[in-house]
Amino acid sequence: MSRPTLLALQILVAVVCIVLWQVLSTVPVFGKILLPPFFFSNPFDVFSQIVKWFSSGVIWKHLGITLAESILAFVIGSLGGVLVGFWFARQPLVAAVFDPYVKMVNALPRVVLAPIFALWLGLGIWSKVALGVTLVFFIVFFNVYQGVKEVSRTVLDNGRMLGMSERQLMQHVYWPSALSWMFSSLHTSVGFAVVGAVVGEYLGSAAGLGYLIQQAEGVFDVAGVFAGMFVLSAFVILIDFGVTLVERRLLVWRPAASDGRG
Amino acid sequence: MTTPTAVALEDAKVAFRLGDGRVYTAVEKAHLTVAQGEFVAIVGPTGCGKSTLLNVAAGLLKPAAGSVRIFDRPLAGLNRDAGYLFQADALFPWKTALDNVAIGLEIKGTPRTDALPRAQKWLTSVGLGAFAGRYPHMLSGGQRKRVALAQVLIRDPKILLMDEPFGPLDAQTRQVMGNLLLDLWNADRKAVLFVTHDLEEAIALADRVVIMSAGPSSRIIGDWRVSLPRPRDIFEVRLDKEFHALHREIWSVLKDEVMKGYAQSTHAAEAV
Repeated sequence: MSRPTLLALQILVAVVCIVLWQVLSTVPVFGKILLPPFFFSNPFDVFSQIVKWFSSGVIWKHLGITLAESILAFVIGSLGGVLVGFWFARQPLVAAVFDPYVKMVNALPRVVLAPIFALWLGLGIWSKVALGVTLVFFIVFFNVYQGVKEVSRTVLDNGRMLGMSERQLMQHVYWPSALSWMFSSLHTSVGFAVVGAVVGEYLGSAAGLGYLIQQAEGVFDVAGVFAGMFVLSAFVILIDFGVTLVERRLLVWRPAASDGRG
Repeated sequence: MTTPTAVALEDAKVAFRLGDGRVYTAVEKAHLTVAQGEFVAIVGPTGCGKSTLLNVAAGLLKPAAGSVRIFDRPLAGLNRDAGYLFQADALFPWKTALDNVAIGLEIKGTPRTDALPRAQKWLTSVGLGAFAGRYPHMLSGGQRKRVALAQVLIRDPKILLMDEPFGPLDAQTRQVMGNLLLDLWNADRKAVLFVTHDLEEAIALADRVVIMSAGPSSRIIGDWRVSLPRPRDIFEVRLDKEFHALHREIWSVLKDEVMKGYAQSTHAAEAV
């Protein structure tokens, strides 16, 4: 299928959904409105809400806060994941000792940590960052751990026979291998950084997209909730697009066939 | 002999401890020397431990008994005088062909600005001058072997260890690679220890062909000198009468071992 046709079909889906939504929430069918405005609002109200946010400029502050939280969560979580992943992979004893605890913490639904982080770190951005970090850390950690463990035996032997010291093996073999695994999970980990931020805001904060949605919900402003959702979706798509660009730049050396990792 | 011995394995024995505690002897009392500038090929049936022997010479494996001497000095740790060409893909997949070759120099501390032009020269001499910017996955199997060859040779090792380097390639590419290897080797005659299961390849390339018996506890059971004139062309040399006579002679010994090795491997499969 050609690109324009595909794009046209994709837009068509959105148009059909929005028109159906608008019609069903404003025009009575057999004397009954199928989507009561109180619960479903309507596309026009949602759209005007979004326009109002952007024209008055209030949204920028919230977007900025959520973005800052996501970035911090991603950077700190990745850094921790890389360091610990490396350490565990090079020290099998440490990995074996901590294995059950790592599994335990990873199995925990991270949302339950949000109240604790709010208590410890207050209602500012750091409690949200902490929640994001617990999500990002494990994804990066497992990928880096795997990346260091699965370095090909032959490539390692080759490095040794070429005269590499332990430090050079680290720099030229272990490190690129671990990074490639980390980057292959970039979409997932960036996505989780945003999830951590928004969920944290939703559960208790004074700013951010999650806060905006939670506020609207508190006063039964359904249009506001939907508007928040749409802005959030657009925000995530934009970030994901950025990640794709970065990934293309960094993973040029990898064959396209092995894209499934992470 | 006046030329010093590059590699000398004296009564080398290699054994592995298996998972269930038994000891598996791969190679028994191997006695093998490679003189400086000599091209020696080791041929043997599958699983006879010829790669094992090569790894001992490289210092990747420690012999259970016997000694390894490199230029008359006992080998401790990795063999720093040797370059090793692996059977499997051993290039760094995250480096371009050029960087893969240059790394051999960069490890020794050569500045990158010096290493890159020299790497480019080596890539050109293995016929890949135009592929410097490609990553290994964008190259064919034969091209990857060429890069690997350049990666090893740029360090100018005194000894070249090759473990069925052209094994995964198709028949024509193998012959082309064989000729390339001979050309490069002719320039500065390093000591070469070349492992292969292909007797024809061994005779066409080497000065001496060493035959190993079927494993386990395989031994060296024959040592033939190949006096075909050099420089050789692999395509031509195969038509030579002397080549055929030698091939027939060695094959009469090797055949029994190949059958033995084959019987053993099917036997082992039945036992499992």
